[in-house]
Amino acid sequence: MSDSHDPRTGEPIPEMCTDPKSAENAPRPPARQALMTISKATYFKEAALKNLFLVCACVAVAGVALIFLFVGLEGWPIFAKVGVFNFLGGLKWYPTKQFFGILTLIVNSMLAMIGALAIGGPLAVGTAVFLSEVASPRMREIVRPAVELLAGIPSVVYGFFGLVMLRPIVAHLFGGLGFGLFTVWMILAVMIVPTIATLTEDALRSVPDGIREASYAMGATKWQTIWRVLLPAAKIGIIDAIILGMGRAIGETMAVVMVAGNARVIPDGIFKPFLTLTTVIVLDMPYAAGDHRTALFGVAIVLFIISMIFVAAIRVISRFGKGMS
Amino acid sequence: MQTRERMNKRVTNAIALSVIWLAAIATVAALGTILVYVFVNGIGQITPSFIFTWPHGVNMEGGIWPTIQATIYVTGLSMLITTPIAVLAAVYLAEYAVQGRLVSTIRFAADSLASVPSIVMGLFGLAAFVEGMGMRLSVLAAALALSFLLLPIIVRTTEESIRAVPKYIRWGSYGLGASKWQTVSRIVLPSAMPRITTGVILAAGRAMGETAVVIYTMGTMINAPVSPLDPGRTMPVHLMLMAQEGINMPGAYGTALLLVLMVLGFNLTARYIGRRNRRMQG
Repeated sequence: MSDSHDPRTGEPIPEMCTDPKSAENAPRPPARQALMTISKATYFKEAALKNLFLVCACVAVAGVALIFLFVGLEGWPIFAKVGVFNFLGGLKWYPTKQFFGILTLIVNSMLAMIGALAIGGPLAVGTAVFLSEVASPRMREIVRPAVELLAGIPSVVYGFFGLVMLRPIVAHLFGGLGFGLFTVWMILAVMIVPTIATLTEDALRSVPDGIREASYAMGATKWQTIWRVLLPAAKIGIIDAIILGMGRAIGETMAVVMVAGNARVIPDGIFKPFLTLTTVIVLDMPYAAGDHRTALFGVAIVLFIISMIFVAAIRVISRFGKGMS
Repeated sequence: MQTRERMNKRVTNAIALSVIWLAAIATVAALGTILVYVFVNGIGQITPSFIFTWPHGVNMEGGIWPTIQATIYVTGLSMLITTPIAVLAAVYLAEYAVQGRLVSTIRFAADSLASVPSIVMGLFGLAAFVEGMGMRLSVLAAALALSFLLLPIIVRTTEESIRAVPKYIRWGSYGLGASKWQTVSRIVLPSAMPRITTGVILAAGRAMGETAVVIYTMGTMINAPVSPLDPGRTMPVHLMLMAQEGINMPGAYGTALLLVLMVLGFNLTARYIGRRNRRMQG
């Protein structure tokens, strides 16, 4: 009896339901009776369907494995040829002269990401606090769709907007051509707002109302409640949101390539053109061949690993957060 | 002393709240600026002949019809491939899965897939489908590569929709003697359908605007694809190439506006379905 399984769900049937968590299993009929009423055909159909769904769910795992396999196979030879250290640590990226160092590109990608985060992060968290704590229902009906639409605008449109509207303004105000870190920061900052704001708002909403009420009852103002109580309580969720935003910023390609200016150096100012990990692929891919092409796939491996590290970091932080509470 | 402290508290509160207001206003203003700019510059371009004729000459003057056709084709095909797999995967995760190593691996994989930069997905499509499986630059290769990008998005929204269906509805179904699959297919999925549809439509909007994936899997050739193995140039790729090369800026503005209008249309439809559903339930 103890190892009998419910033919409908395939889950083991608990003999006794003393544990409150298994209470939802309680109303099911006793196993023997159920086994008599459900035919073998139904049982096998149910089992087959369950396995079909499992296969579908495993497509995600297969996807990650396939990306690793195919991009890895194409890109690995460059690590073997120039060495992992020379590839990641080399300052010169002149593929036609057999210089395959991507440190410049990594640094530039990081610069673009950090600036975007410094501008977009506060903007997004502020918007999330507004949506969750400050806004009246009517204001919320305006701001939330705006955030959702920002998420929906294609990245190429952001890039186009940056190129034709923002770049001339930057060029007019600060001189130069308007390509460079500053313009990229502006565009990326707006692009990561929806990612960070949506998740931060979720985190704030999951803070129980009792905590807010307790804070107000102590005589705290709205801002004190937000700053001292709600933001610390939602800390883990906000950090997750920011890491996801970082991933979005570092992986963004089409918007950046249109406003970065694409010079192959570490820029000596925020209004100077530069090249990142993602944009080098777009620019070089059309004519790359041989080792050059392999090196671009190597860059893709690096990008893939960076994004995996961000996802893993979110997992670790969430687990740590669960352990605390 | 105490009064001053209270004053400080009030002043700080007022300043901080206005900063929060400013952040929200800046976000809305950013969206407004982009939309108004694209609209004002593009509206003059959008004529029936712009939409329904072919581009010609080195400067791509004239219409953009083949790029619209290619965009709709690849979006539709990738949705056809992804939606069934993603919905069934979400059914597994929400209804069948028992918390364990396998499920947490699946979730980690889905999260990773969701955060893969689209340029990496493009190179993957090039290596795996275009060259590895010999599909050449084609709508099919692009749709498959896009599927991996859309899969985690649809899985997540579908799983949330299924979990939002109240438990007691399932108990009622089991109580009548229905099997698990009968309950899922006749009770749970129909109740979750409006929200699933919303998620699928939003994902389609995402697929439509994707550039980096399709440029390496479908190419840049202007072509109206008929068979799934035909190449083509989608609207985002067309916009990017025209803007990068600085040719035919009016055409670029028109393409940008049409693309934004299509994506907006998808978003508004999704919102409308979501809202109508909420009203029906409330």
